[in-house]
Amino acid sequence: MNKKTSQQIAFIIFRILGIFVVGILFWILGFIIYNGIGVISWKFLTEPPSEGMTGGGIFPAIVGTLCLIAGSSIVAFPLGILSAIYTSEYAGNGYIIKFIRIMTNNLGGIPSIIFGLFGMSLFVNTLGFGDSILAGSLTLGLLCLPLVIRTTEEALKAIPDSFRTGSLALGASKLQTVNRIILPMAFPNIITGLILSIGRISGETAPILFTVAAYFLPKLPTSIFDQVMALPYHLYVIAVSGTDLEASRPIAYGTALVLIVIVLIMNLMASFLRRKLKKY
Amino acid sequence: MIEAKNVNFYYGNFQALKDISMVMDDHTVTAFIGPSGCGKSTFLRLFNRMNELIANTRLTGECLVNGENIYQKSIDVTELRKKIGMVFQKPNPFPQSIFENVAYGLRVDGVKDKHFIKQRVEESLVSAALWNEVKDKLKKSAFELSGGQQQRLCIARALAISPSIILMDEPASALDPISTSKIEDLIHVLKKDYTIVIVTHNMQQAARVSDKTGFFMLGTLIEYNDTRKMFLNPEKEETQNYITGRFG
Ligand SMILES: Nc1ncnc2c1ncn2[C@@H]1O[C@H](COP(=O)(O)OP(=O)(O)OP(=O)(O)O)[C@@H](O)[C@H]1O
Ligand SMILES: [Mg+2]
Repeated sequence: MNKKTSQQIAFIIFRILGIFVVGILFWILGFIIYNGIGVISWKFLTEPPSEGMTGGGIFPAIVGTLCLIAGSSIVAFPLGILSAIYTSEYAGNGYIIKFIRIMTNNLGGIPSIIFGLFGMSLFVNTLGFGDSILAGSLTLGLLCLPLVIRTTEEALKAIPDSFRTGSLALGASKLQTVNRIILPMAFPNIITGLILSIGRISGETAPILFTVAAYFLPKLPTSIFDQVMALPYHLYVIAVSGTDLEASRPIAYGTALVLIVIVLIMNLMASFLRRKLKKY
Repeated sequence: MIEAKNVNFYYGNFQALKDISMVMDDHTVTAFIGPSGCGKSTFLRLFNRMNELIANTRLTGECLVNGENIYQKSIDVTELRKKIGMVFQKPNPFPQSIFENVAYGLRVDGVKDKHFIKQRVEESLVSAALWNEVKDKLKKSAFELSGGQQQRLCIARALAISPSIILMDEPASALDPISTSKIEDLIHVLKKDYTIVIVTHNMQQAARVSDKTGFFMLGTLIEYNDTRKMFLNPEKEETQNYITGRFG
């Protein structure tokens, strides 16, 4: 077999694999849309569940998920961005920093249910926040911290050193260099990382299970110490433990669809912002 | 006046500079030549302390600027770098407007006076022989300039904070002959007000722009002499071989 035909065969195999992966993705999406689109209505999006979860809407769960997204962003973004700036711009490459890096990566590999248990023990019980938006946001925030740190680090590392030396050589301090040159340049990619981690947060069930999620709570939260419903948990509930599983099946698909659309909107926003902000 | 006294410099265990002593006078252009990897850039970076940014390095000996040891504790590195400008091999303008690039050094120095900044930006661009080409598009991104223009912008940027010394590391190596000769002309003019040290791989360039030339090899300063003497009648055989293209 000559080089050319073997290359062609390789291409064909790669193409088939590629189509296969994309195909599965579209299959899942199509499946959810096909089954879920029927229940989507204004009423579904704006009303609480009723009739033992077999009717009504999912409004409290949407609100809850948005609250958790906001809350965990407040927890994870400043902390994550600042630690990434520290580890990649300030800390150099000593043993301690290598250790921190390895630990951060390990933290990212811990199953989310462990975060859920940890959150319950620390925030819910020890600190006495109870099942609340606060406890849930802190837990989710911790969960996505490694992702935020890693994506921010990548964004900072992507900036060539020549900009740093150029700035320092003009008598700028390290802080000025980071603030005036490096962060603005890395900003589009940092934003993308943040939004992707929001996507991650909004789909997590295990960490909110013991820290915030309510089984059924039509009332909207009034403070950060309230419990809320959340889309992924709601989905789980109506899929496995409703009063009438058959009757609530369409609602489960509708909920999944809403969740996917929220994540999709986040991703679109990420790529839009990245293109918009990339001016160099 | 710039002075090195018995300077040794190490990257980890590797000794990049070996017992170098030399004096560079004010308002002269000194060129460093020598084969790749002989330590020219390393030596140049000692004088604005840019080598400190590299982990695991060590310096012995003294580096003096106007008689003062720039490595003593009381020296503020950012202040030092404001007095000793640097131009890099590859033009490295910031992703900002042409105006902001030149104003950068002033802004980080805490200068707020808009009128002064504007005036200083113009003066610097004039000194860097770039003003006429950019005066109508100061708000445009620096990346819209050609490579040669970007390099002159970087020179303007260095001039804006009124240094007394300018270190140039192969400032024209990425440029075409016309841009190169513009930079060389510029060096001639700047010599009146600044002390310039330039690293170059181009012998003709060293001969054209410099008053004195230092020839480095494997981390040692083989010969340091008047440029004219160096190119016509060098004292060392290694210098002769290098200049005539016969590597030892
Ligand atoms: N960051 C670094 N870490 C370790 N070694 C380095 C580093 N920078 C330079 N060196 C080594 O120090 C020696 C001198 O390097 P330097 O860059 O000063 O040479 P140079 O004369 O400027 O070469 P060129 O003409 O190619 O620019 C080289 O052997 C190089 O490998
Ligand atoms: Mg060099």
